[in-house]
Amino acid sequence: MSKGEVDYVPARGGFSFDLCRRNEMLLNKGLKPSTGNEFNFWKIPSYCTWDGVILGADTRATEGPIVADKNCEKIHYMAPNIYCCGAGTAADTEAVTDTISSQLKLHRYHTARESRVVTALTLLKSHLFRYQGHVSAALVLGGVDVTGPHLHTIYPHGSTDSLPFATMGSGSLAAMAVFESKYHEGLSRDEGVKLVCEAICSGIFNDLGSGSNVDICVITKGQKEYLRNHLLPNPRTYISSKGYSFTKKTAVVVAEVLLTKITPLKQLVEVIEGGEAMEE
Amino acid sequence: LASTMTKQQANWSPYDNNGGTCVAIAGADYCVIAADTRMSTGYSILTRDYSKICKLADKCVMASSGFQADVKALQKVLSARHLIYQHQHNKQMSCPAMGQLLSNTLYYKRFFPYYSFNVLGGLDTEGKGCVYTYDAVGSYERVGYSSQGSGATLITPFLDNQLKSPSPLLLPAKDAVTPLSETEAIDLVKTCFASATERDIYTGDKLEIVVLNADGIRREYMELRKD
Repeated sequence: MSKGEVDYVPARGGFSFDLCRRNEMLLNKGLKPSTGNEFNFWKIPSYCTWDGVILGADTRATEGPIVADKNCEKIHYMAPNIYCCGAGTAADTEAVTDTISSQLKLHRYHTARESRVVTALTLLKSHLFRYQGHVSAALVLGGVDVTGPHLHTIYPHGSTDSLPFATMGSGSLAAMAVFESKYHEGLSRDEGVKLVCEAICSGIFNDLGSGSNVDICVITKGQKEYLRNHLLPNPRTYISSKGYSFTKKTAVVVAEVLLTKITPLKQLVEVIEGGEAMEE
Repeated sequence: LASTMTKQQANWSPYDNNGGTCVAIAGADYCVIAADTRMSTGYSILTRDYSKICKLADKCVMASSGFQADVKALQKVLSARHLIYQHQHNKQMSCPAMGQLLSNTLYYKRFFPYYSFNVLGGLDTEGKGCVYTYDAVGSYERVGYSSQGSGATLITPFLDNQLKSPSPLLLPAKDAVTPLSETEAIDLVKTCFASATERDIYTGDKLEIVVLNADGIRREYMELRKD
């Protein structure tokens, strides 16, 4: 096209916005954008047995014997219908869940479908295996997709298990003890939440690596409830009524505001707006 | 060749750390000694109700954190030596005397130490509060306040800030005992432990406070976080 010379913008890495003008022109002409819901999901007959996944976690992050964060979030978002609890090194669990969550989102755009738990599982396990256990992330992945509710554990070296109930982390034995005693099939939603809370509390009180509060996430078909700080069984035991004062010298805050000198750049590039309207 | 000739390392240790924190504060006419009651090993709790505080003499109380088996053995040795002293001198050992005895007992095992971090609190011969602080092999010093154990690193800076201990290098020698009242000192101790419990996993469950003054010895308890 002869017009190509005027409109040509050399690619500079990252995103290519070549089609933006075309898309805008099409929308103006009345084209409806794709919603991604073209395929009908077959209806699963449900007769009110509660079906879903309940994830729970404590909120303590430690650095050796010291509590670094008293109320951190260990239940990570993967997809609207998939959440992942992470134990191990906090940086590793954050990074790996964020990475795979991002990959799942791109996959959703690409396939125009809701993410499946096995997809997240495969992405996570291959990532962890590739790093031969050096990424110290022990995960409990749970979610509900078209094929039903799923719960998996993923170990730092990349092995996975598919289980009706699972625990990970330093408090896993304490929590598993509760699960093994009290779990049975056919738990209702409230019974399930109560059992998970009990298991997490067992970890909180009996394991020194776990503590503070209980977070719960309930995922069912088409809906999720993220109950942050569902239980707070550890309030501060003593607050002095008279309070304590600290002299001004105590915290020497060096707040040197460095004045920045702003040098306006000379405009070297002329931006040409407009051009002729595109034709189909 | 270097790899085959490395020294063999022991894979068994005679020591274990049962955690816990101890604090002692000396006042003008009283002494407050406090310790948490949690005994742990690794990431598990052994018991929530273990006293780390031992009365050695009428006016002398010791609190120790570290390896409780060694602490128990140390307490037994000191109690036995105190009994002998009472038979020989027909009186109780004073706090400074007990302080010296503890130092000697610890150094006696200089090459297989008691894994015990002690603070000794009591009233000296004049009735003023005194606190002695020790390391594992017997180096000791009389101070106005001290903290030992897993939470010591969290508590000591706060006590330094609130109690403003004068430098031992100043002349004339200033008394390190705090001008705070007994109630204020107990309040301070409770705040210290509530805060240390928030951030140290080995400190918690319950706080045992022993107060020594002219009227005798008094014991108090306070609940701490159990997680």
